[in-house]
Amino acid sequence: MKTRFTTDTKLESEIAYFENINLKIESGDIIDSYKLAFKTYGKLNANKTNAILVCHALTGDQYVAGNNPITGREGWWSRMVGPNKPIDTNKFFVICSNVLGGCAGSTGPKELQNGSDVAYGGNFPSITIKDMVKAQSLLIESLNIEKLFSVIGGSMGAMQALQWAIDFPDKILNIIHIAGALKHSAQNIAFHEVGRQAIMSDPIWKNGKYFENNEVPERGLSVARMIAHITYLSENAMHRKFGRKLQSRDIISFGFDADFQVESYLRYQGKSFVERFDANSYLYLTRAMDYFDHDETFRKNIEFSHNPNNHLKYLIVSFTSDWLFPTMESKMIVNQLNSLSREVSFLEIDTDKGHDSFLLEEPQLDDVIKGFLTNNFAKIDE
Amino acid sequence: MNKINSIRKDWSLIETLIAEDRKILDIGCGDGGLMEQLENNRNAITHGIELNRDLAANAIARGFNVVHGNAELDLSQYSNNSFDYVILSQTLQAMMKPKDILSELLRIGSKAIVSFPNFGHWKIRLQLLISGKMPVTESLPYTWYDTPNIHFFTIKDFLNLCNEMNIVIEKSIGLTSKGKQFDISESVTGVNFFTHEAIFLLSYKNYEPIKIKSSKKVFAKNSVIAN
Repeated sequence: MKTRFTTDTKLESEIAYFENINLKIESGDIIDSYKLAFKTYGKLNANKTNAILVCHALTGDQYVAGNNPITGREGWWSRMVGPNKPIDTNKFFVICSNVLGGCAGSTGPKELQNGSDVAYGGNFPSITIKDMVKAQSLLIESLNIEKLFSVIGGSMGAMQALQWAIDFPDKILNIIHIAGALKHSAQNIAFHEVGRQAIMSDPIWKNGKYFENNEVPERGLSVARMIAHITYLSENAMHRKFGRKLQSRDIISFGFDADFQVESYLRYQGKSFVERFDANSYLYLTRAMDYFDHDETFRKNIEFSHNPNNHLKYLIVSFTSDWLFPTMESKMIVNQLNSLSREVSFLEIDTDKGHDSFLLEEPQLDDVIKGFLTNNFAKIDE
Repeated sequence: MNKINSIRKDWSLIETLIAEDRKILDIGCGDGGLMEQLENNRNAITHGIELNRDLAANAIARGFNVVHGNAELDLSQYSNNSFDYVILSQTLQAMMKPKDILSELLRIGSKAIVSFPNFGHWKIRLQLLISGKMPVTESLPYTWYDTPNIHFFTIKDFLNLCNEMNIVIEKSIGLTSKGKQFDISESVTGVNFFTHEAIFLLSYKNYEPIKIKSSKKVFAKNSVIAN
């Protein structure tokens, strides 16, 4: 394996290049060379026992904490990761990489194809969660870390954490799996399909070749984001936040302006998303989530894996108002792990903030993550 | 004895029933107090189930393997004989189907430890007899309309149920309301009258494996004979 690291001074993130690696992916395609953009926080200890991989969700990136130079805002989980935060970077060495297929510096549809000056676009191979994790595992290897203390993620990040437990249990000690599932449900696939159709029916999309004219299918991508954003909230949270309040007006317009605050909010979400996310990447990553399915195979994989996985500890967390990845889905994982009498903890947190709860202020989530990490780390650090 | 002391006493007695290095499931584990005690003093591997969200969160944050859930719905997911001991401390009287729970405990665990307040204690009998109202005592401190305890039973009732279910009582400890400890099986007369709380170590009757010989293979089956 050839790897080299450079620092992207413009974006202040490291890029790991894996050249002539011939990464065989699930579809059967081979990615001969790829790169992953990543950020690290804190310091790796002498025994290399304190490394934590944080996996980002669908539209996340490597900027988990601190400042995100792309958006100019705080990292997507800066309330969770940092000095003295629940995932304490005074204590742990935190790694976060942009997934394969992403658009924040890792190899994906908007990057140039190997040995050419044309972007992949629709020629990018269809990737899966398993492929993302395989690519990440080579990054961890090239950082000379034999064993990760923990792999942590919410939503698509939870899928990656579960995939780590299945594919590389010997390289990790525990996973924290938040608002995830064994499989992407029919309803979730349906929502993703609507989002993809919105993008693909935008005339500017042009079979994924919009970049040739330096254009972006803004309308399609923003509609996709608006739909998705609804699924991340809950009815109660929307009602609490917006109700039927009107936006910058006292009376309704009898037209199709954004009369209501909720409309204005969604339009804003769509518009700002277009500035930071690639439409093709959105197609590929939603597809990767759709293909995720361990419903029938998870238990068998854990029970009969040739990789020893008895040592693994699992923390599974769900939220009462999450209708995208409802508690029932998390419980199925817990159920299967319990039937194999594995070391699993599970908590359903009571909140009305919906699927997005894992990114928001939830003191009980902070407490269990902090406590789980601290106490389990104390056990290996003795 | 107040409630906290009686729980501590309960735990220390449960500890005496448990061998070293065993795998334990604590049903209704709270914030992991008993699990901690058994990990420290018995080198146990512990798992817990807790219905109360905040207690479960505390236990998880303290580093214990705890599943937030309802034992009456969730016990079925555990495999047969996956624990050495399954503990149900002071909770059987709050279960919807105590009999089903009891058989689940002994399906999941090789042994079960069950403790409960005895409704046959003389104070309770006396209260009901004299006042004509539902008794309220230290171990059953709730009024009838807000009690989580929905199935009241006495030691005699429990012994009968065990007998009916072919459950072996390996050990049984009684506590008087002053905290005095005695062996229930040895003091048969008056035991139901003076036992304030009872702790039982239970298992199923073990029968010799039935061997069926055929010309090629020997089949062995460790079975439990039902009534």
